Amino acid sequence: MSTSPDVRREPRPSSAVAIDIGAVRRDFPILARQVHGRPLVYLDNAASSQKPRSVIQAERSLYEEYYANVHRGVHSLSQQSTDAYEAARAKVQAFLNAASTREIIFTRGTTEAINLVASTFGRSKVGAGDEVLVSGLEHHSNIVPWQMLCEEKGARLRSVPINDDGEVVLEELARLLTPRTRILGMAHVSNALGTINPVAQIVEMAHARGVPVLLDGAQAAPHLAVDVQAIGCDFYAFSGHKIYGPSGIGVLYGKTSLLEEMPPYQGGGDMILSVSFEKTTYNELPYKFEAGTPNIAGVVGLGAALDWVGGIGLDRIAAHEHELLEYGTARLREVPGLRIIGTAREKAAVLSFVIEGVHPHDMGTVLDYEGVAVRTGHHCAQPVMERFGVPATTRASLAVYNTKAEIDVLVAGIEKAREMFA
Amino acid sequence: MSSELRELYQEVILDHSKRPRNFRELPAATGRAEGYNPLCGDRATVYVEVEGDRVKDVSFKGAGCSISTASASMMTEALKGKTRSEADALFQRFHRLITSDPSRAADNSAPELGKLAAFSGVCEFPVRVKCASLPWHTLRSALEGETARVTTEETEASRGDAEGKVRPGGAL
Repeated sequence: MSTSPDVRREPRPSSAVAIDIGAVRRDFPILARQVHGRPLVYLDNAASSQKPRSVIQAERSLYEEYYANVHRGVHSLSQQSTDAYEAARAKVQAFLNAASTREIIFTRGTTEAINLVASTFGRSKVGAGDEVLVSGLEHHSNIVPWQMLCEEKGARLRSVPINDDGEVVLEELARLLTPRTRILGMAHVSNALGTINPVAQIVEMAHARGVPVLLDGAQAAPHLAVDVQAIGCDFYAFSGHKIYGPSGIGVLYGKTSLLEEMPPYQGGGDMILSVSFEKTTYNELPYKFEAGTPNIAGVVGLGAALDWVGGIGLDRIAAHEHELLEYGTARLREVPGLRIIGTAREKAAVLSFVIEGVHPHDMGTVLDYEGVAVRTGHHCAQPVMERFGVPATTRASLAVYNTKAEIDVLVAGIEKAREMFA
Repeated sequence: MSSELRELYQEVILDHSKRPRNFRELPAATGRAEGYNPLCGDRATVYVEVEGDRVKDVSFKGAGCSISTASASMMTEALKGKTRSEADALFQRFHRLITSDPSRAADNSAPELGKLAAFSGVCEFPVRVKCASLPWHTLRSALEGETARVTTEETEASRGDAEGKVRPGGAL
């Protein structure tokens, strides 16, 4: 297996070393297919990204060559599976630049990671009259777990407003970080708008008030280099399926000191050292939070995905996607009646828009017949939609394998929809 | 344009979506209901004026995609003068049309549907069924004199939105 997770930490490659887009695209078998007789143009990467051959092969090899349960058997297969599983944990540690593999907990995804923190850390720290703070940019999965916690505890969920460009208003954040605030939950990158939050600064502001910070990195990890120690956050969550890995696997990073004092999330096998009917001694980190047989293939696939990303380099991926974002933004601005929702100065490659006279649902259907996959709707961020006074948007979200030619197909499809409906 | 897309967006549907009929409030309404599709944010308020057993007048207001707007518009045209039970029978017929197995859709056209037969293409697009049915579910509530909000999530099996995490009526 590759042992080069540190590739991305080397000096930024010169811009001359652009990615080989042809080679990248050939790594993704699904990109060769057609939809309604047209070549697939997959622009729904913020919902989920496609998988390179190496990820598919990693799961296949596991099942064909060495699959067994992990952390249990003395037999060879169990040992091999355990080695692969733990090697993937080390890859995640390197990917996030966490201090230790003890800080890397495998979950079903970002949503479960946030629920884990809300249920354990949250339950033990948040009481009646306390406050939990999130931002107006959040995905529902960084709202609802906190809402449920607040309801249970008699605490109050507050949110930091965003401005007309879709940026968190830092003055408001400063005001809303009160002596009652017990935790701040914040997206690193907004799923609906693409806004990249200044997370290091936000963490510094929160820590100055003694408030720990959870970052929802679902939309950040696939698109920009993340260094949890440099950011200083207390918790960081991301999903495998958005970073070219399998679905059903995600990661929670937490600082050792916090994870150690947190109660377990679920009870069961693997999370214990010893059990009697009188007393159970919980296992050490990170196993304390991994009850039951884990998603072994998912973990192995995630490891392969991080290897693939490391092989390209997140800096080069970010540069490529930024070029696409600028091109796409300029092309969309040429379309009469089109309004881009989300115009933050720091932005990931998400193009969310509305067009006068064309409902996003109709746009999505027409684009599908051009082979173009986009997301239409509220993107699980209804407060964001409300903030901009739109019921829904059409969202094109880009990934490393997208091209300017594909953006041209998108724009041509948009023009077609305008002719039909507007 | 592909034939399926043309089937979905027939001229009469595009016409009604761009120029919806009976698009107004009804001062003399005897019933009124608000329909909401939380997955796409579509809203339709349906007003009915019932005299005896007959729908004397029916209208709607709201914002939605072309399918839901055209469905509401054509529904109002189809229902004027119908009795409650005729309206209900038409709804059942319409619902069968838009939810039928596409391979058997041809068996499903019926003369009593009239212009509403234009929605036969919807059955090819399962995620759009709710768009077409929302005004009708809302109408049913208006006829029953309910004031509660109708949401598509309680009336159709949810299959449109894989990322949907917040259920309708959530206080977000």
